[in-house]
Amino acid sequence: MIPVAFDYLAPSTVDEAVRALVDAGEDAKVLAGGQSLLPVLRMRLAAPSMVVDLSRVGELRGVREEGDELVIGAMTSHHDVLRDQLVRTHALLLAEATTTVADPQVRHRGTLGGALAHADPAGDLPAPVLALGGDVVLAGPTGRRTVPVERFFVDYFTTELAQDELLVEIRLPKRTGWGARYEKFSRVAQAWSTVAVAATVLVRDGRFVEAKVALTNMGAVPVRAYAVEEALVGGSADADAIHAAARHAAEGTNPTSDASADAEYRQHLARVLTARALTAAAAV
Amino acid sequence: MRVTVIVDGVSYSDDVEPRLLLVHYLREHLGKVGTVVGCDTSNCGACTVHLDGRSVKSCSVLAVQADGREVATVEGLARDGRLHPVQQAFHDNHALQCGFCTPGMIMQAVDLLADDPDPDEEAVRAGLEGNLCRCTGYQNIVRAVLDAARRMSPGAGPEAERLTDEAAQVTHVAGGGQ
Ligand SMILES: Cc1cc2nc3c(=O)[nH]c(=O)nc-3n(C[C@H](O)[C@H](O)[C@H](O)COP(=O)(O)OP(=O)(O)OC[C@H]3O[C@@H](n4cnc5c(N)ncnc54)[C@H](O)[C@@H]3O)c2cc1C
Ligand code: FES
Ligand code: FES
Repeated sequence: MIPVAFDYLAPSTVDEAVRALVDAGEDAKVLAGGQSLLPVLRMRLAAPSMVVDLSRVGELRGVREEGDELVIGAMTSHHDVLRDQLVRTHALLLAEATTTVADPQVRHRGTLGGALAHADPAGDLPAPVLALGGDVVLAGPTGRRTVPVERFFVDYFTTELAQDELLVEIRLPKRTGWGARYEKFSRVAQAWSTVAVAATVLVRDGRFVEAKVALTNMGAVPVRAYAVEEALVGGSADADAIHAAARHAAEGTNPTSDASADAEYRQHLARVLTARALTAAAAV
Repeated sequence: MRVTVIVDGVSYSDDVEPRLLLVHYLREHLGKVGTVVGCDTSNCGACTVHLDGRSVKSCSVLAVQADGREVATVEGLARDGRLHPVQQAFHDNHALQCGFCTPGMIMQAVDLLADDPDPDEEAVRAGLEGNLCRCTGYQNIVRAVLDAARRMSPGAGPEAERLTDEAAQVTHVAGGGQ
């Protein structure tokens, strides 16, 4: 199908983009990689009067280090995240998760910022970013604000972003030397996660010094599995400890039932996938 | 909006509506109907072209986003009446039945081989994850891509496209297809 007609602007700076959003008002839509938005427009599930395309805003692209943080521009494509050596070194979990997103063509266009702003509960990048911790930086007409990742995801397809705000960058604390695994379950190739588990751990002398675990598609927003983390930290990094901890994975979750899985099965998957993810992340 | 796009080596300038999809620009404005539309959901990959050298689904890019950029379609692969080695490998390995998925499969295969000139079967299957075929069961498609990799070694992409003639000759000497 063909999208409804809209006006189009392709600004070259963040300031221009924000101004375009303010001027356009309620009916404006930000276009990043377009890999979620264009299908939505084609199916006429949305009909914005103005599309503000960020693909020419160079300052939003790329990965850099700032002290203890890794800073990823919102318009960095999935493909570029996968190729980036800094990401591999300091945020391996994000690279692991990004390999499971969609297919090569979609990864060439789709962006990290777009995947977070879209906030699909089955999307694969919110959970790893939540597990890694850190902040997202939003730019609006009154300047920039920094929002902790835990507060960014509000509900199904809903984030902290106001209508006239842009997601500009993702700031992750470096997790250098941490093991990581994104364990994704779906029945067919090219499918979204039925459930997935993002786990990253720091193991020293056979013990879990730190452990961060977050779940995809176990609720309206990505969920941190705090009970699993608490059960692990300080304990030995072995199969028994991992399986004992993984039993807590579904605690406090409220997944939906749909055509691909009912809620109870999703909770079962969360426990099984958590054990697998931790086993791989800790190289047990 | 005015856009200027290089498609298969030729520069075009046109006034287009912002909502026009790149695939419709190619087909309806430029008559390049080699690139096809197979779905409404960005899943099938039949519309795959290269935008500035990377494979994209042209149903999921606006024509205005291609302004000032370079597009390569399946129509630009053959040189001097000779098929690109990936096209030839599809032909020789019977990698199609109805052929609807083929333009996208071939464009994605060229991208995949540019990244990984010597893929194993698993890498080929992963690289073609975004391309659906309703006919073949994929076996011969995978075989064709592996065959093309052999024919084109040491590499695909722009370099290999320049090597097409040589590759074709090697194929003849080796007896190539079936
Ligand atoms: C066939 C197919 C399969 C897919 N499979 C998967 C999968 O397995 N896992 C997965 O996680 N994803 C999958 N995706 C989605 C893909 O990851 C998208 O790239 C991603 O969801 C959106 O990123 P984008 O850059 O394309 O954003 P767009 O589509 O351009 O935008 C998405 C939404 O976010 C808003 N937005 C984007 N960027 C910003 C910003 N910087 N500031 C404010 N708002 C912004 C837009 O207004 C829009 O509402 C798939 C997509 C397709 C087409
Ligand atoms: S037509 Fe583009 S993916 Fe199906
Ligand atoms: S040959 Fe018919 S869809 Fe692939």
